[in-house]
Amino acid sequence: MRYILKKLLTLIVALLLISIVVFLAFSVLPADASIAKLGQNATPERIAALRAEMGLDQPVLVQYFRWISGAVRGDFGTSYQYTGTRVVDLVGGRIGTSAVLSLISLVMVVVISIPVGIFAAKRRSAPGRAAMTTVIHITMGVPSFFLGLLITYLFSLVLRWFTIGKYSSPAEDLAASISYLVFPAIAISLPKIAMTVKFLVSSIRSELHKDYVRTAYAKGCSRNRVFYGHVLKNSLVPVITFMGIIIAEIVAGSIVVEKVFSVPGIGMLLVTAITNRDYPVVEAVVLLIAVVVIVINFLVDVIYQIIDPRVRL
Amino acid sequence: MKKFVTFWLVIAIVTAAALPVFGGTSTDGEASNSVVVGISQDIDSLDPQNADYAGTREVLFNLFEGLVKATSDGNIEPAVAESYEVAEDASSISFRIREGITFHDGTPVTAEDIKYSLERNAQIQGADSAFGDFSELEIVDEQTVRVILSEPNSEFIYELTCAILPQANEENVNSDPIGTGPFKFASFKPGESLVIEKYDGYWKEGFPYLDSVTFKVVTDVDSAINQLNAGTLDIYQYLTADQAATLNENFNILEGSVNYVQGMFLNNAVKPFDDVRVRQAVYYAVDRDLINEFLFSGKSHIIGTNMIPAAEFYYNEATETTYSHDVQKAKELLEEAGYPNGFEFTITVPNNYAPHEGTAQIIAESLAEVGITAKLNLVEFNTWYSEAYVDRNYEATVVAVDGKIAPNSWFSKNVSDASNNFTNYANPEYDEVYAKALAEIDLNQKAEYYKQLQQILADDAASIYVQDPANLVAVNAQLEGYVFYPISAQDMSVVKFID
Amino acid sequence: MKKVRNYSLIIGCVITGVMLLLALTALFWTPYSTTGMSLSLKFAAPSWAHPFGCDNYGRDILSRVMQGIGTTFLVAASTVIFGMIVGSVIGFFAGYIGGWFDEIVMRINDVLNAFPSILLALVFVSFLGSGLMNIILALGILFIPSFARIARSEMLRLKGLQFVQSAKLQKAGTCRIIFAHIMPNAYINILASAAVGFNNAVIAEAGLSFLGLGVQPPNASLGRMIDEAGSFLMQAPWYAVFPGVTIIILVLGVALISDGISRIE
Repeated sequence: MRYILKKLLTLIVALLLISIVVFLAFSVLPADASIAKLGQNATPERIAALRAEMGLDQPVLVQYFRWISGAVRGDFGTSYQYTGTRVVDLVGGRIGTSAVLSLISLVMVVVISIPVGIFAAKRRSAPGRAAMTTVIHITMGVPSFFLGLLITYLFSLVLRWFTIGKYSSPAEDLAASISYLVFPAIAISLPKIAMTVKFLVSSIRSELHKDYVRTAYAKGCSRNRVFYGHVLKNSLVPVITFMGIIIAEIVAGSIVVEKVFSVPGIGMLLVTAITNRDYPVVEAVVLLIAVVVIVINFLVDVIYQIIDPRVRL
Repeated sequence: MKKFVTFWLVIAIVTAAALPVFGGTSTDGEASNSVVVGISQDIDSLDPQNADYAGTREVLFNLFEGLVKATSDGNIEPAVAESYEVAEDASSISFRIREGITFHDGTPVTAEDIKYSLERNAQIQGADSAFGDFSELEIVDEQTVRVILSEPNSEFIYELTCAILPQANEENVNSDPIGTGPFKFASFKPGESLVIEKYDGYWKEGFPYLDSVTFKVVTDVDSAINQLNAGTLDIYQYLTADQAATLNENFNILEGSVNYVQGMFLNNAVKPFDDVRVRQAVYYAVDRDLINEFLFSGKSHIIGTNMIPAAEFYYNEATETTYSHDVQKAKELLEEAGYPNGFEFTITVPNNYAPHEGTAQIIAESLAEVGITAKLNLVEFNTWYSEAYVDRNYEATVVAVDGKIAPNSWFSKNVSDASNNFTNYANPEYDEVYAKALAEIDLNQKAEYYKQLQQILADDAASIYVQDPANLVAVNAQLEGYVFYPISAQDMSVVKFID
Repeated sequence: MKKVRNYSLIIGCVITGVMLLLALTALFWTPYSTTGMSLSLKFAAPSWAHPFGCDNYGRDILSRVMQGIGTTFLVAASTVIFGMIVGSVIGFFAGYIGGWFDEIVMRINDVLNAFPSILLALVFVSFLGSGLMNIILALGILFIPSFARIARSEMLRLKGLQFVQSAKLQKAGTCRIIFAHIMPNAYINILASAAVGFNNAVIAEAGLSFLGLGVQPPNASLGRMIDEAGSFLMQAPWYAVFPGVTIIILVLGVALISDGISRIE
């Protein structure tokens, strides 16, 4: 319990730090963004009026508290780019898409990499191992957008399994949405599957070298019993922490892949907001992603703790 | 432990089997009377009077109309007004409001709404804009209004294509805009799509044909091409010849003209482009035909000044040949200007239109021949807009400028104190001729002045005007009626499915 | 255990060596000019004269890939070296000094780690602007936390060992202990993760370039080439395939080295 409390405290500190960094980066430094929005006909009076309206004439600390208290309530102000549109609506409209995409990718990683990892770890012959290592490394090395292009070409243009760009959001039609998102999910998850397999294999291998395995064999346990009954269970424990990293990677991967598949998710929103210098939107999205990742890592830590109480960090 | 293996096996099989099943559901065609138009630029505002981007005006053309509206042959026709009459001294214009015309919410268009709309536009545009000559709107009676100008302006009628909006909708103009156009607003998802629906009460009988049009933002051309081939998009503009060639047989490629002046615009206020000899040297070094050939298979119209060939009456064709590709001459001019070994500069390229990047790359390559090193800086269009266009913080930029129907719109941006003179071009002679042209009422004389302006720009090599790009538009082969406009407009009201 | 040849290391070194050689050659010589355009060679298919074919401007793809490898190497190597040096120093000190210093550094580390790498790179680029130097800087900062983490755990592992304790007893300074005693024993693990970092940098650079925020033309970059080739998949598949495959092979080579290194122990 003490451990979880300590982690919780760290979580809060981390969140606070992030909010400060994000705020400084996007609210304080680029003050001219407001001017840019007014366009070439902006007069000094209009700029001053807008700055006052946006609260840019206040001290930084006041601005921060105003911003963070709004953020906690889900109020991130309005977008620079789309006048009068609230940031929450922009982000909220896309969050479902990204959540579903990430979830599908995660499920793919878990469902595929565990059996493949077991299969790979059992290869003992040198050529078998070499072949496996090569396949894993090649898969890890494929840039997800390149994979995305290939998938688009094969599944959409040649096989016509899905129609690129014909996307419906989960809120409108969940089944159609999932059947579309499966394809970008493949592009996102394939390299992550390779990473997880590699991690799992080395975890299993190091577990196999441990003393208790030899003891179990000595006691006359069958190969499979030792493997599935003890080794696998133990080697899956570190994979849980690894999943924390994988989830962060999936979120990152979707930023690039969404563009290839024209999926209107958080990633696309972020990229356009960054290039358009729509800072309130960037702020909200960056904060959102960071919070999600941190909270997931916290949960992973807690789960890890429950499964393997030996961990004391 | 067999169970374990079986469990994963089942999951894997189910997942694999589900893929094609899911995929199979998405291919059914629908018979609805609607089309999806891909647009390469995000929409910057739903408020027609505040929209700056050409890409936005192109779309909003379907929602809003002015007292008069542009036609595809470069003229104007009455719209919200039924008829109009320009006073002989060009200092006022009277309009008769169209009988029975209504806004999309069904309320009739009143003289008050027109007064409100024009005054609003005048305030937004500012006094030094083309709309600056607007003085007031006089309401003569319920059906008649008169626009009073502060000084005679024979081209002001073209400015009155500005949207007429209902005063009652002031609050919602950004979220739920109302106009008088053939289509009405349905929904808008920023960065994703704008959906418009047929307006049944449109004044022009029989139009529009389509029930609804979705404008889908697809900024990435690769993605657009894939989506065309997959059948997600029905119409997409501004393709290059190479891109058009990758489309399947479900599309007709219509060839028109973009009606933009595309080229490398130079900041005349920064070194070394403040020296006319350097600008001329660059012009001689650039091979415009090569750009045309590479990007448009020779289908573009090579130009030499800031005017589009489509405006035949005003266009000065002689400027096309003021410069030729002449490396030797370029080197001589550079030497004369004190840059015998060339120099280095950066070309800022906005990403809203694919051929810009190609043009910049080819220009950089031709300039290398005369010892000039050009580096590229690719930026998002909005960044370009604020940094290059508004702040004028750039050396050279490959971009295209558009104009309105009024011929002066092509020339006003080179007047030294114009707010949109983003090239910082300054030539007293030019300003003088421009003022004369604007005041001139005799059309032939006016055209003479405009031709003179074009020649001045060419002689000064104010910028490296390259081409009026070919506009290759992919249109679903089942559609007909798509027309090109000499301004930024995609008129969906005339497009229909072939029976 | 009988002596097994470290094939991973050997093959990895060969692949990486060839890549490096190609990149270095490109500094002085490429088969054709990397920017030279030619109408007649537009979309020329691979042939003996142009083994990788030509792109939409008739430029030789092999020459551009060679130059692209150089750009990629430059970005990835500088990034990793920057991240490794700064990160290791921070990690060593944090691990050695411990206490509140360690706590603070590691919390900042957690925060940086929480951002997916490409997200943070995007954020940096949005401020610094795109371009070669800025990409290196952005990615370099990104890699600090992972190296700091490894250096710290190495430090914690080695700190308790006898030779460090005895050095401490001899009143050796903190810097001396870190650089003379810890570093030489920790570098293998740090190098192995440097290889992983290198690959991450290659992929991140390609990703950024693909989003149009990376290396600017006319500089060749493998990521940009794939981006540009995307529209011509039907006409000229080789335009996308060769740069794509090059990235994969490059990453494979370094990954094998990393594998080999970790097997040395």
